[in-house]
Amino acid sequence: MSTTVVSAAETDSNTRSQHLMSGDQTNFLNDIQDHVTVGTCFSENAKMSIKNVSVFYGNKQAIFDASVDITENQVIAMIGPSGCGKSTLLRSLNRMNDTIEGCRVKGHISMDGQDLYSPKLDVVELRARVGMVFQKPNPFPKSIYDNVAYGPKIHGLTDSRYELDEIVEESLRRAGLWDEVRDRLQQPGTGLSGGQQQRLCIARAIAVSPEVILMDEPCSALDPIATARIEELIEELSQNFTIAIVTHNMQQAARVSHRTAYFHLGKLIEVNPTEQVFTMPEHNLTESYITGRFG
Amino acid sequence: MSKPSRNLERIQRSLVSRYRAEKAFRLCGIAAVTLGLLAVLVLFADIFLKGKSAFSATYIQLEINYDQEVLGIDDLSDEGALMLADWDRLHKTALRQEFPQVRKRSERRELYALVSNGAGYDLKERLLSEPELLDQTEKFWILADDDIDTYYKSLLKGRAYTARLSLAQLERVKQLIDQDRIELQFNANFLSRGDSREPEQVGIKGAMFGSFFTLVITLLLSFPIGIAAAIYLEEFAEKNRWTEFIEVNINNLAAVPSIIFGLLGLAIFINFFNVPRSIPFLGGLVLAVMTLPTIIITSRAAIKSVPPSIREAALGLGASPNQVVLHYVVPLAMPGMLTGSIIGMARALGETAPLLMIGMVAFIADVPGGFTDPATVLPVQIFLWADSPERAFIEKTSAAIMVLLAFLITMNLSAVWLRKKLERRW
Repeated sequence: MSTTVVSAAETDSNTRSQHLMSGDQTNFLNDIQDHVTVGTCFSENAKMSIKNVSVFYGNKQAIFDASVDITENQVIAMIGPSGCGKSTLLRSLNRMNDTIEGCRVKGHISMDGQDLYSPKLDVVELRARVGMVFQKPNPFPKSIYDNVAYGPKIHGLTDSRYELDEIVEESLRRAGLWDEVRDRLQQPGTGLSGGQQQRLCIARAIAVSPEVILMDEPCSALDPIATARIEELIEELSQNFTIAIVTHNMQQAARVSHRTAYFHLGKLIEVNPTEQVFTMPEHNLTESYITGRFG
Repeated sequence: MSKPSRNLERIQRSLVSRYRAEKAFRLCGIAAVTLGLLAVLVLFADIFLKGKSAFSATYIQLEINYDQEVLGIDDLSDEGALMLADWDRLHKTALRQEFPQVRKRSERRELYALVSNGAGYDLKERLLSEPELLDQTEKFWILADDDIDTYYKSLLKGRAYTARLSLAQLERVKQLIDQDRIELQFNANFLSRGDSREPEQVGIKGAMFGSFFTLVITLLLSFPIGIAAAIYLEEFAEKNRWTEFIEVNINNLAAVPSIIFGLLGLAIFINFFNVPRSIPFLGGLVLAVMTLPTIIITSRAAIKSVPPSIREAALGLGASPNQVVLHYVVPLAMPGMLTGSIIGMARALGETAPLLMIGMVAFIADVPGGFTDPATVLPVQIFLWADSPERAFIEKTSAAIMVLLAFLITMNLSAVWLRKKLERRW
């Protein structure tokens, strides 16, 4: 990993990890009441930066004061037990939370120094720059070609049919789907298998050439073989794209990500390089989770 | 904990009663469906049996002499002479020749009553379509009066209804039967004419056209407005007290008795905006207002049932809310919205009460030619005929119901067909 990682709250984390060393889970829960994230949250080469973000659904707070950077051209994995708020945080990165009624985001999220929640920001433009792949493959009920071509079309990225064809082919190639669908581009995207559909959704997302791709448990509905293909794809894509992936699968996080963020009950517990998280986690909760004591 | 073997016994025992309950439940369902089907069947059979005789009419064969002098016509293109000519004299003369024993004035009136009051017009039409018949004689099947028609049809069924005829008339009909000069023919008039005071002359075409023009207006107004309202409320409007208030009101409007909409039409469209009464345009306006809530509610349900994942996918790609709606939500919801609209239209087609309030219940003999011609509609026509005292109107009423049902069934089938067809696209 080439990026320099600056450790934040270093002094804090030391004292905290010490007094968290012992005790069962209930004690941990009390201890994270006013938890400050341990590990290295910030990065010099940050594409997106999340600072003191809290997310509320109505009166319920889903994320408590989370701060983390998303490093450019890297994969950051967000892991944690169900309901820990990792998807919520992911969805606030391209403001998909706007569509949920009663959802409020406090704090600062910025991309390339630009505040994502400033009133001046255009959400449509943001979503063209930050693509998203969802948990369940959701191809449009259209042909494979139209699925991929939709993004470039609405954003007016091409001047000719020929260019559009090229983008579609290029995107499908990068998603590793071209050879499987080249002969049936006009058939409905919904007729593909689950794994193919998810790769189609990835192709659809990269067709707009976003800078960041958010993936919300992209493999949870897929079988192991399809999952392996998607993981390969994520690795390839990370050379050109900044990727944030939410996953329940710890092996997956270990395999595809450069950094890992562990969430627990809405709190960002630990952020560290992936090897470290899976070999020497700083925080006891992280250790308990990755060793399978709960989650 | 009880032993597994005992548990099994218990499960088996409970299974018996569970299966019994299931069977009873199913039987109830089957009984309900059968009852419903039976009711529909009885209704349809009754209407069909009563109405089918309206598609035939009794005709009497007479020797008609298109006498130039009697008519006072030299040239058939002379409109004035055609208007002035006493066409009824043609069949009256023929009847007198047929039954020369009739002398007295009252007897004559009875004799003329064998033939429809409008028979003269039929003869005029006949002569105009075949001009070379002028001054010639032909054997012409002329429409019988409705009392004769009722009697003859009941006679054929074996239960002669004689109450409306005198003995002399019965005698004459018998004579005609013996000579094979009275028979049932297909009643083409029923589908090609407007309303009439004479049951044997009535036709459903006027009401059919009135219904058609009215529904066109209803569809043109309520479909776009309803769908636009549904899309706005479902996709764009903020959820606050106002939209909640509007939603509650729309739901209430859907349950308002239809006659209230007629009163609204009377008070606002006629009295305030001075829209002429009795015209399909006005009927369409009133029915559109009545149908709107139905269309809005069904369209909103259709929009709600569009999977959120598709919306998210489009939004995630950077589609603007407008593009999400136009590219995905509306096409996906279209089958549901169309079905709802057609069902709303079908309801509007069968609606009588509001139209009574805005004068579409008037007696109108002409077939309307447009949206601003006075007209009546099918259900009102049924109401009018059912209200008429002549016995011959019974079969006409049933026949009109058959026509209305045919329209309704066609519309509902087209709703099913449209839904199937549009759903396949996706």
